[in-house]
Amino acid sequence: MAYDKFNILTSTAVPLPLENVDTDQIIPARFLKATERKGFGDNLFRDWRYNGDDTPKENFVLNNPVYSGKILVGGKNFGSGSSREHAAWAVYDYGFRCVVSSFFADIFRNNCLNVGVLPVQVSPEFSEQIFNAIYDDANTEIEVNLQEQTITIKSTGAQESFDINSYKKENMLNGFDDIDYLQNIKGEIETFANGLML
Amino acid sequence: MSKSLFDKVWDSHVVRKIEGGPDVFFIDRHFIHEVTSPVAFLGLKNRGLNVLFPERTFATADHNTPTINQHLPVEDPLSANQLKALEDNSNEYGISHWGLGHKKNGIVHVVGPENGITFPGATIVCGDSHTSTHGAFGAIAFGIGTSEVEMVLSTQCIMQPKPKKMRINVNGQLGKGVTPKDVALYIISKLTTSGATGYFVEYAGDVFENMTMEGRMTVCNLSIEMGARGGMIAPDETTFEYLKDKPLSLKGDAWDAAVAHWKTLKTEADATFDKELTFLASDIEPMITYGTNPGMGIGISNNIPDANTVDGGVATYKKSLDYMGYEENDPMLGKKIDYVFLGSCTNGRIEDFRAFASIVEGKQKADHVTAWLVPGSHEVEDKIKAEGILDIITKAGFVLRQPGCSACLAMNDDKIPAGKYAVSTSNRNFEGRQGPGSRTLLASPLVAAAAAVTGVVTDPRDLL
Repeated sequence: MAYDKFNILTSTAVPLPLENVDTDQIIPARFLKATERKGFGDNLFRDWRYNGDDTPKENFVLNNPVYSGKILVGGKNFGSGSSREHAAWAVYDYGFRCVVSSFFADIFRNNCLNVGVLPVQVSPEFSEQIFNAIYDDANTEIEVNLQEQTITIKSTGAQESFDINSYKKENMLNGFDDIDYLQNIKGEIETFANGLML
Repeated sequence: MSKSLFDKVWDSHVVRKIEGGPDVFFIDRHFIHEVTSPVAFLGLKNRGLNVLFPERTFATADHNTPTINQHLPVEDPLSANQLKALEDNSNEYGISHWGLGHKKNGIVHVVGPENGITFPGATIVCGDSHTSTHGAFGAIAFGIGTSEVEMVLSTQCIMQPKPKKMRINVNGQLGKGVTPKDVALYIISKLTTSGATGYFVEYAGDVFENMTMEGRMTVCNLSIEMGARGGMIAPDETTFEYLKDKPLSLKGDAWDAAVAHWKTLKTEADATFDKELTFLASDIEPMITYGTNPGMGIGISNNIPDANTVDGGVATYKKSLDYMGYEENDPMLGKKIDYVFLGSCTNGRIEDFRAFASIVEGKQKADHVTAWLVPGSHEVEDKIKAEGILDIITKAGFVLRQPGCSACLAMNDDKIPAGKYAVSTSNRNFEGRQGPGSRTLLASPLVAAAAAVTGVVTDPRDLL
């Protein structure tokens, strides 16, 4: 699935300072029944966002008009649990292009990279600074520069660099995915398979 | 350099190394199910790609299948649509398909091993995080996203950086009533749900060496709950004995040659790990969770921890206890429960039903408890009947349902109602995991059985 190229993203951000946000919260299992990748954003954080009767829960951040933007800032250990890529689709489909956390679960991070959402892991201190900046002023902009691998709080100028492997970085900068790469080495893969016992 | 079991299997499956990037990693066996595969097939179609090695992929329906009246059409149109998509896609691309009603149908991580699709030294993936189960056989097995399912279908490879290595040793003798599930919940409670993130785990020590394959599968299944991509145990005679003569296992000389190779899949004495932890079997008692992630577990006779004594944020902790309706410092023993779920890829195998029956035999289900007993496969169901377990549980007031993932993730109708407490042998106690508003206490089949007959959280050692 091709996605938008990612270069520099400057946006306000939505704070969700809870730890261990699992993929069952990001998208509950009962919303995984589609056979197409459509409409998952509507059910992002469904049970935190809506009451049983589908009315919005006022105290949840996505229902608070003060906060908006293309960057979601989560607490430690974001995306733990299930391998459902639907969680990353829901984040993307809702309109986020970047998730910031001081720690990501492996599969979720991987899924994000595969669907065009940039996971940016920052230090716990920097994460704290971002939350403080947003709570001081909801219009605070955060700049994420993939080429330079930096994240900057515009209002304070505070900056930190983040890791991403060079292969995935190139993919995101160009909007390529792994299948493009793998298709080009199919012959090599078939030769490898011929040498296997089972 | 001396190699670990993990190194041996990983390194022998690298097709190509990318400088500064991931390895191109070859996959021997690929399982697919109805929920995470349809969009992958759609991707193939949109790109005009084919399935490169259809004989290496196996489809089974499990996540949203009903556990009663499986002979009738599936009522939920969305679930029916996904099941049909799995069947149609499998047929179109020549993939083996064990759909609803097929005698081999069941939970993917139960039917894979019991049919000999899983084997030592294999690389195994599925769009399901509990694929780690297959590590019990000395395989590298882990969950992947749907984009990766598409990669495996079209090229039999995914792109993965090699994870770091962790070894977890548990030595000694497990006490009475302490099961593999308790060992796993104990380790997760020590590591937290992110303690093994970035690592692939090898389990070592006499506790795992002495475990049955069913027990090893339960342990490896739960590796993901401490953040690890997967966990594995070196193959040994127990492994070979389990796999011998399974329908799809190798036969004759080919089997002998394979076993000879599999015996070499051991961690060398001086191999190093990025992290190593050692626990004592005698420190482990039957476990139960009290919160909303699998790391929030305690020995069943303990009290719920004080917020000031736990790692991580107090706000997150209090939100979790609020959701559960529990207070700090309360005992877990004696807490009233409403539902019991025996099943899932964690504890839906024959041994789990034997354990459950050993407690409920000659007793009666508590009146106020609703119990769902769901075998992991038709093969498990057949054994339950053949071994007389069905008679025991029926006399005790329980009903056996039909195979599937069921209330573990409540994609079908098996949903725990809001506010109700379920002692569950499954793998996740996240908010709403077993139905919106449901409250889950993860535990072993013995603890589940004890709760089912007493109606409250009960130490199974008192009933053994």
